[in-house]
Amino acid sequence: MDYVNLFVKSIFIENMIFAYFLGMCSYLAVSKTVKTAVGLGFAVIFVLSITVPINYLLDNYLLKPGAMSWLGEEYAAIDLSFLSFIMFIAVIASMVQLVEMIVEKFAPALYGALGIFLPLIAVNCAILGGSLFMQQKSFASIGESAVYGFGSGIGWLLAILAIAAIREKIAYSNIPAPLRGLGITFIITGLMAIGFMSFMGIKL
Amino acid sequence: MSQPKSNKKPAIFFVAKEREPLFSKKNRALLKDPLDDNNPITVQVLGICSALAITVQLKPAVVMTLSVIAVMAASNVIVSLLRNAIPNRIRIIVQLVVVASMVILVDQVLRAYAYDVSKQLSIFIGLIITNCIVMGRLEAFALGNGVWKSFLDGVGNAAGYGFMLILVAFFRELFGSGKLYGIQVIPDALYEMGYENNGLMLLSPMALITLGIIIWVQRARNRKLIEKN
Repeated sequence: MDYVNLFVKSIFIENMIFAYFLGMCSYLAVSKTVKTAVGLGFAVIFVLSITVPINYLLDNYLLKPGAMSWLGEEYAAIDLSFLSFIMFIAVIASMVQLVEMIVEKFAPALYGALGIFLPLIAVNCAILGGSLFMQQKSFASIGESAVYGFGSGIGWLLAILAIAAIREKIAYSNIPAPLRGLGITFIITGLMAIGFMSFMGIKL
Repeated sequence: MSQPKSNKKPAIFFVAKEREPLFSKKNRALLKDPLDDNNPITVQVLGICSALAITVQLKPAVVMTLSVIAVMAASNVIVSLLRNAIPNRIRIIVQLVVVASMVILVDQVLRAYAYDVSKQLSIFIGLIITNCIVMGRLEAFALGNGVWKSFLDGVGNAAGYGFMLILVAFFRELFGSGKLYGIQVIPDALYEMGYENNGLMLLSPMALITLGIIIWVQRARNRKLIEKN
């Protein structure tokens, strides 16, 4: 039951975009059409659900104070947590590269669909944010961190899908000229975020 | 770097060099453009990720601005120094490592000297690493330009980013809690007359809407920034 709670929570209540504004850059840049938005959304789900558990393992068996005690007594006092930023980002960058190569080899169709979005993901704040939140929340098991990564990815996909659909429609509306493009997108996202805030009342 | 000698003597700059003056018109433009015409947040649409969540109060926004200025200036200089040695294929990873090390330095300094603010900023200091504006400027500018210019570009863009951050934080703190930098500015008399703080301003959606309105005002004044659609 815990897993389901965490899953729902990471999709709706702690939505990456509407609650923390993570991944806003690509959210704004790639949301002009639904098709590309879906491509990027799936790539984000993919990478988040791989990197968060890997970083969880790294954090718990290498970086945390006392994490290296499995090596022996004398290593128990080592605290490498100041290295976590650089470790996480290295894992993310190499994972993205690896995922790109694997997808290219075994699923050329998917690779063609995701195209340039895969490499872009290395610098998507939502990915690093997922790992950093994972570290902050100190999950009990690797399963929880995997569910959290997967759920956050789905939340991100939902958000970008919704805004892309709205932007496709809004192209035909008569918006005040200075507000066109970026300005109105911000305001719509703000209104959507207010909508998503209604989930906050749910106690899980 | 060999630059053509210019014979014109700069009149008002403090450092008058034989070659291109330290603050020539071009170099000043590097500093000044990002503040308005080419603002990282409202025009280039970079670095919004970490910008909005920390603008509830002015203090974290100011600390964040200073951190980003430090990180961007330092990493721009380092990448610019290394630009001829970085193989093209792995440049993203090299840039990420440079930025990540700078961010670790800033994080450790903040923890040592401003622990409260560092707690408040939580993961957002770490997220400077993937702040698109840092990577974007490294990619677009530092990889192809000299050290001094890259330094100016880094400082200018970080300042433009921080300017927006502080502007948003100003309005959110003023209307949300009636304070500026933690000091109450709205007089008690006004509260007695029935004025209430707008609690909605403290919640995250209002950061987006405030920024949307700032963009509106900026583009209404500066009409060449208006998008076609």
